[in-house]
This record gives sequence, C-alpha cells and structure tokens, in this order.
Amino acid sequence: MRAPTADLPISFESVTVSAGAVTILDHVTLTLACGPPTVVIGPNGSGKTTLLRAAMGLVKPSAGRITWGERENVAPVRRAIVFQRPVMLRRSARGNIRYVLRSSGVARAERNSRIGELLGLVGLEHIAHRPARRLSGGEQQRLALARALARDPIVLFLDEPTASLDPAATKAIEDLVHTISERGIKVVMSTHDIAEARRLAGEIIMLHHGRIVETGAAMSFFDAPKTDEAKKFLAGELLI
Amino acid sequence: MPTDVSALQLVLTGDPVLVAIVGLSLAVSLSAVFLAALVGLPCGALIALTQFPGREAVIVVLNALMGLPPVVVGLAVFLALSRSGSLGSWGLLFTPQAMVIAQAVLVSPIIAALTRQTIEDLWSEYRDELTAMNIGPIGRVATLIWDARFSLVTALLAGFGRAAAEVGAIIIVGGNIDGFTRTMTTAIVLETSKGDLPLAVGLGMVLIAVVIAVNALAWGVRRAGERLAG
Amino acid sequence: MLSRRHLIAIAASLVFGVSAYAQEKSIVVASTTSTEDSGLFKHILPLFKAKTGIDVKVVAQGTGQALDTGRRGDADVVFVHAKSAEEKFLAEGAGVKRYPVMYNDFVLIGPKSDPASINGGRDIVAALKIIKDKGAPFISRGDRSGTHIAELNLWRAAGIDIEKDKGPWYKSIGQGMGAALNTAAASNAYVLSDRGTWLSFKNRGDLTISVEGDKRLFNQYGVILVNPQKHPHVKKELGQAFIDWLISPEGQKAIADYKINGQQLFYPNASDPSA
Repeated sequence: MRAPTADLPISFESVTVSAGAVTILDHVTLTLACGPPTVVIGPNGSGKTTLLRAAMGLVKPSAGRITWGERENVAPVRRAIVFQRPVMLRRSARGNIRYVLRSSGVARAERNSRIGELLGLVGLEHIAHRPARRLSGGEQQRLALARALARDPIVLFLDEPTASLDPAATKAIEDLVHTISERGIKVVMSTHDIAEARRLAGEIIMLHHGRIVETGAAMSFFDAPKTDEAKKFLAGELLI
Repeated sequence: MPTDVSALQLVLTGDPVLVAIVGLSLAVSLSAVFLAALVGLPCGALIALTQFPGREAVIVVLNALMGLPPVVVGLAVFLALSRSGSLGSWGLLFTPQAMVIAQAVLVSPIIAALTRQTIEDLWSEYRDELTAMNIGPIGRVATLIWDARFSLVTALLAGFGRAAAEVGAIIIVGGNIDGFTRTMTTAIVLETSKGDLPLAVGLGMVLIAVVIAVNALAWGVRRAGERLAG
Repeated sequence: MLSRRHLIAIAASLVFGVSAYAQEKSIVVASTTSTEDSGLFKHILPLFKAKTGIDVKVVAQGTGQALDTGRRGDADVVFVHAKSAEEKFLAEGAGVKRYPVMYNDFVLIGPKSDPASINGGRDIVAALKIIKDKGAPFISRGDRSGTHIAELNLWRAAGIDIEKDKGPWYKSIGQGMGAALNTAAASNAYVLSDRGTWLSFKNRGDLTISVEGDKRLFNQYGVILVNPQKHPHVKKELGQAFIDWLISPEGQKAIADYKINGQQLFYPNASDPSA
C-alpha cells in the first residue's frame, strides 16, 4: 500500500447536493480511505453517480463539506474518473493516452513506453492506431480506463463501468479492477449489479434516495445486512 | 486583357492579365481568411467557453454580424484608411492590403460565430472529461480547436466563400486599379459597365470555377484527415 | 512546419507591406470612369512609364468623387473634366495649378426608334427641349460626374429647370457611364455620353448617336497636382512629372494618337490658354 498522500482519505461531512428543488445527496457522511475497492450500490436514481462525481471534485456540495486529505478544494491532479459513458477524444487510441500523459506533464521521452504499457494492461495494443471513436463500447471503456490510469492516480472512480457490456467485456473490466487495486490504487466504483459487488468489493456503501442506508465490510454486509432496505435490496426486491 | 475575345479563349491561352487577376483575387481572399481566423477562432472559442454578463447578447450580435453588408464595411475601412482618416498615415488606401483588411473585417464575424457554435457543441461533449483531467483554460481551448478542426475548416471555407464573392468592400477600398487592385469581381463590374457582357459572364464562370476548386481541395484535405484520425 | 513566429511575420507583412509601396516610383491619379472606360490610359500610361519609370495607378471614379479623393489627400494628381468644379477645387486650396490637357466631346445617344424625332440633329439644346416636351425616356448619370454636370448645364442652356420639370420620363441612376448606357439600351432611352465610352461600348442594343457636333457638347479635361502643403505625403515631383509629360508635345501626341476603330477620341489642347 502506498504511503498516505494528499488526496486520501476523502471525507464527506454531512454533504447535501441539490439541484433546484431536488435533493440528490442528503446529509451524506462517509470516509474513503486507502484499501480494497469500495463499491457503491443502490437502486437507479439513488445518487451513486453524484456521489462519485462529488468525491472526484466535479460537484460542489450545497451544504456540508468534502475534504481530501483534510483539505478542501484540492485540484484533481492525482484523482481520475471513468464516466459511465466515457467520451473519446477525436484521436487514435494512442492519441488519447498521449494527450493525457502530455497534460499530466510526463516527459516526451517516457511517453511512448507508458502508452505501450497502458495499452498492454487493458489489452488494446492491437488497435493502438485506430480512431478511438470507432472502437466498440467495451474497447472504449477499457481505453477510458487506460486514460485514467495514465494520470497516475491515487484514487480511481469508476461509474458503472460494466453497465452496458457483455459478459466477456465485463470480465475483462473486473479483472482490471483487481489488477489496479493490487497495485495500491484506491478504487471507488458504483454498480447496480449485486453479484458484481460481491465479486469486487472490499467495502460496501449502499445508497437510497440520496442517503446512506448502510455501510460496512463486504463480507459482513452481504452475509448479515443490518437494515431492512439492505435486506430487501439484497433479496432482489424493488426499493421504491 | 483583350476585350474582343471570350473569357474561354483567355483561360485557354493563359492570358497573363487574367492570370494576374485570378492570382490577386485568391491572394486577397485567402489572406483575409487567414487574418480573420487569427482573430475569429480564439474569439469564438473564448465566447463559447466563458460565462460573463451579457453573453447571450454578444452571441446574438455576433451572429447578426455575419450578415454585415460588404459595402458598409468597405465604406468604414475606406474612411479609416483615407489620408484624412484615423489610420491615414499607414498609406494603405487603394492597395491590396486595404482589400485584405476590409475582407478580414467582413469575414471575422462569420468565423467567430461558427467557431463559437462548433466549440460550444464540442465543449458540452468534452466538458466532464476535460474538467476531470484537470485541463486548464488554455489547454481546453487548444484541445477543442484541434479536435473540432474539420468543422472549423468548414467555417473557414464559409468565410472564404464570402470573401471571394464580394465586390462592394474591395472596390471601394481598392479602387479597382488596373494591374494593381483589380480582382475577378471588380473586373466583372468593370466589364459590365463597359457593356462587355459576354466577357463579364465568362469571368464570372472562371470565378465560380476557382471557388469550387478551393472547396474541392479543402474537402480532399478533410477526407484525408478524417481517415487518419476519425 | 511554420512556427508561430513565422505566421505572425507573414500576417504582419500582409497588412503592413506599405513600406514597399512607399519606395516604389508610383503615383495615384484620381480620374473619371469615362476616361478609364475609353481605354485612353491603357494607351498612354505605358508610354509614360517607359520614359520615366513611374507607375501610374489610376483610381477611376465620378468627377465629384475624384475631386473628393484629391481633397482627402488619397491621390497625388486629379485628372477630370468639369472646369467649374476644378476651379472650385483650386479656390479651396486643395490643388496647386490647373493645366488644360485635351478635350473630347459628348454625344446624345438614343434609340433607333427615335421617339423624340431628333436623330441626325446638330442642335443639342433644341433636342433636349423636344425630349422634355414629349416626355421621351431619358437616363441621367446623377452622380456628380463631369458628364452629369455637363448634362445639367445643357438643360439650363435649354431654359429648363430639370429638378422642377422632370417627370417619370427622366431617370437618375447615380452610376457610371457604362451603367447608364446599359440602362438606356435596356429601356430604349436617350442618354448623354462621352464619345470615348460610346465607341468602346459593346452592349448597344438598339442605340445609336442621335445628336453630335454641337460646340456646346465639347468636354474639356484639366489636370491638377494635389496641394502638398495640405497633404505633405503627396508625391509632388513624380506627380508634376506626369503633368509635365501630359502637356508636353510627346504626351499630347500620344493622346492624339489614341484611336478606336480608326477614330480619334481626344483632341489635345494644352497650348490653348482659354481651355
């Protein structure tokens, strides 16, 4: 595990995020610290995406505060996020990664090797020169992951990374999550697939209507959920 | 240019006066588009990406300026460049430079307005990613302009089309001087006023052919570029 | 690949290439569209350049506009054909001295169908009276040009206050000689034109010369150096060289030698003190 650095732990202190009259996150208090992957689960519309975006620093809380390593307003230099529908830059696969390396200040001499390494990690070396926008959904997701890793992040956010992928592509992503986590990068991801949460989580955060319903170590959450909502959700019932 | 000869004959024999006129037309309009791009691309990108009070009004005015009447621009530039005008000491009136300036003024709003639209559209696509990658303002502008380059080339072509087609501005500031500031469009005006309509029509067709050629070239460049980058 | 500095340099030289022009041996002469359209300059300017190496850039406008260009200092020399306007120009101090150069004549052009029954006449004033009385269609340049001023003088000579007496038969178009002839051809109307433009005009339609030869149709040209005291940048030596050549025997001969279809257009008269 890496030594503690500026971005971790990420701390939400009674954070509320509203858009007009709608409350998306409701007095959320949590801590994201070094360790195995944290998986955020909950029904659609529960605020998972907003939670991730807020932790990334893209959304300002309407109330409460968010700190990174006990400081507010830390620029996202060592954090990265893969959006649910990642947007490819109008360049080749290599070009996308090179863009990120350059903007992160990586020296020209190093860039080529890093590109090769990252494309190799996500299994896209064979299409390095293809225009990124012409890749398949699964390939774009993997490229977005490589792009995020190019920033050498301490924390990596993944917003429902396998939501629209077939099982083979899903497995590829999940394997990558394992690899990344083993390298010491903190992974925070959301999913609506309970089975996937079981496969990947070290820690679970469950959201419903923008509130935290329950949190805990994965094993204890899945074996013995404490709240009614958690029990219903794990049993496969629709939570209204 | 001999006047009892059809435009086709002039083209086929490569009449030097005709060649000079075509060359001047292209040089003036292309230079004007180049200058207009230097001004219009960053302005358009800036307006697309920044929030400021009155932004909507600025966009409306910018779009309206796309329809600036060329003669009005010509008159304004003429008054400024005249020896009795504020920029008279530059001594640029009745020179090709004055024509470039007038056309650059005419074309800048077109390029700026189209750039603004293009960049704004692309920004709405790229915003989350570029923000998450912690790209600063200059980096954003550069990335958006580069990634939108094909649509921006279309904006430049729109500007070129406007410049190549107009005559009102350049005839006022250029003076239609034989062998010096006479372009395709001003030559057409002259031949028409001399009653040599067949020659004027022929010149018009040469002008259209030249504009089509420029557009075809740009299209070719765009297709080649698209194949490389998608 | 062009670096950014290269691009800035190119842009700057495009806009500010003025220094190149200032050093060239050239002058700007403001003259009239009818003189330019007649083709005279294409004939005489190469001769002048061969002799002196000076490039003459002619900006062709209406007389009023040409004199304004001189007043503003945007030309070095003015070469027009409206003596009263030229004398006013001098009285304002805008020019140094007026030299008569040559004259040509105006002709009244009209349709072969001759609605006013004046074709073949030699009396312009009588012809204009008939045109007004019959309301025959007439095109006026209406642009303060020498031709326009001459037309107004002729109406006055016919005892007609054209501003008051005009009707829908009289159309003022505010454009040059070529445009006026085009309009007359298209609407079968009468129009006053200088002979030079008429001889080179190609779009005649049904038009022909109605009235010519009246002494009142003679059109005198004068050349004036723009006053360098008012506009210090005026190229006075080069401008004066042009004027001197125009009135020299060589220049006068070049003017007389210019012919369209074998017919002389301009009659040099620099030596006539009353011109």
